[in-house]
Amino acid sequence: MLVSVYRYNPEIDDAPYMQDIHIDIPGGKDIMVLDLLQLLKDKDPTLGYRRSCREGVCGSDGMNMNGLNGLACITPLSEVVENDKLVLRPLPGLPVIRDLVVDMSQFYKQYEKIKPFLINDTPPPAIERLQSPEERAELDGLYECILCACCSTACPSFWWNPDKFIGPSGLLQAYRFLADSRDTATTERLADLDDPFSVFRCHGIMNCVNVCPKGLNPTKAIGKIRNMLISQAT
Amino acid sequence: MVTSITSFGRSGLYDWMIQRVTAVVLLAFTVFMIGYMLFNPDLDYQQWKELFECTSMRIFTLMALLSMAAHAWIGMWSISTDYIKPTGIRFLFQSACGLLTFIYVVWGIQILWGV
Ligand code: SF4
Ligand code: SF4
Ligand code: FES
Repeated sequence: MLVSVYRYNPEIDDAPYMQDIHIDIPGGKDIMVLDLLQLLKDKDPTLGYRRSCREGVCGSDGMNMNGLNGLACITPLSEVVENDKLVLRPLPGLPVIRDLVVDMSQFYKQYEKIKPFLINDTPPPAIERLQSPEERAELDGLYECILCACCSTACPSFWWNPDKFIGPSGLLQAYRFLADSRDTATTERLADLDDPFSVFRCHGIMNCVNVCPKGLNPTKAIGKIRNMLISQAT
Repeated sequence: MVTSITSFGRSGLYDWMIQRVTAVVLLAFTVFMIGYMLFNPDLDYQQWKELFECTSMRIFTLMALLSMAAHAWIGMWSISTDYIKPTGIRFLFQSACGLLTFIYVVWGIQILWGV
């Protein structure tokens, strides 16, 4: 098959380019894209990409495969290869450090803005703050996010305003803390989001839902934040 | 919190709500207009004039006019902050949109009360 990989090493290259590599998959098996990258790296050790857990839990190998963002380690070739061809690019919209490795600072900065930790100013109980099973269930579909950035870098609103729009991933986390029964900073959290950019740049395009490798739904969470803002203001 | 003085409402939420409400007004006006023309196939000037001399129609039209102005401003402002990165050009674009919207509103009112 033919693999076309985005290559850029700012120390040597003037501009990024696509490198075409023909490769035979041993035994013609349906391997994961990350395994394919290892085969490519055996051929050309200068190829750079991130990976760690190789089982879809660390979120380090998010990349763009034939136009769709996803985690290379849990994406089988059969899911993305078309006409025996695969185009691999770094996550769109973020600065490239080298080859498939992007600089995630902007993404993390947005995450930091939503204060991703429990805030509670009531005196702590002797053991722990308890939640009922129902209260705990409110966090399902939110806490599973692995911060892989597949969603935010697929979102046009994040491409245009990565410094002002929190992005789907950060907003999913914002709602995770708004929905937590143990958090008492709801009003302050909402006040921080009530501007024309942070939440309201979401136009419901749902690219985020389309690509999330954990099957999460940031658009739904954003809708819930909006509803909280509306009920607070009216 | 991202602050921006050129947006329309006091906050992102108000912009968002204004955008929804004005859209409903514009839809109602459009549906009414199309319906009116369909039910009056041989509409003449006299009838058209009488329609707009009626106070309720003037209120409705003025509402649609102001809705259009607000809707267009919020929309154009959003588009300009998405796609126009150089501040100077963005400011010029926004000023032009604002001026044009203002002209249309004054002109529209003049026409409406001129009949
Ligand atoms: S639904 Fe909102 S957050 Fe998700 S991709 Fe679209 S604009 Fe971005
Ligand atoms: S919501 Fe999904 S795609 Fe977005 S960062 Fe979390 S796990 Fe990744
Ligand atoms: S390597 Fe950890 S998510 Fe793919």
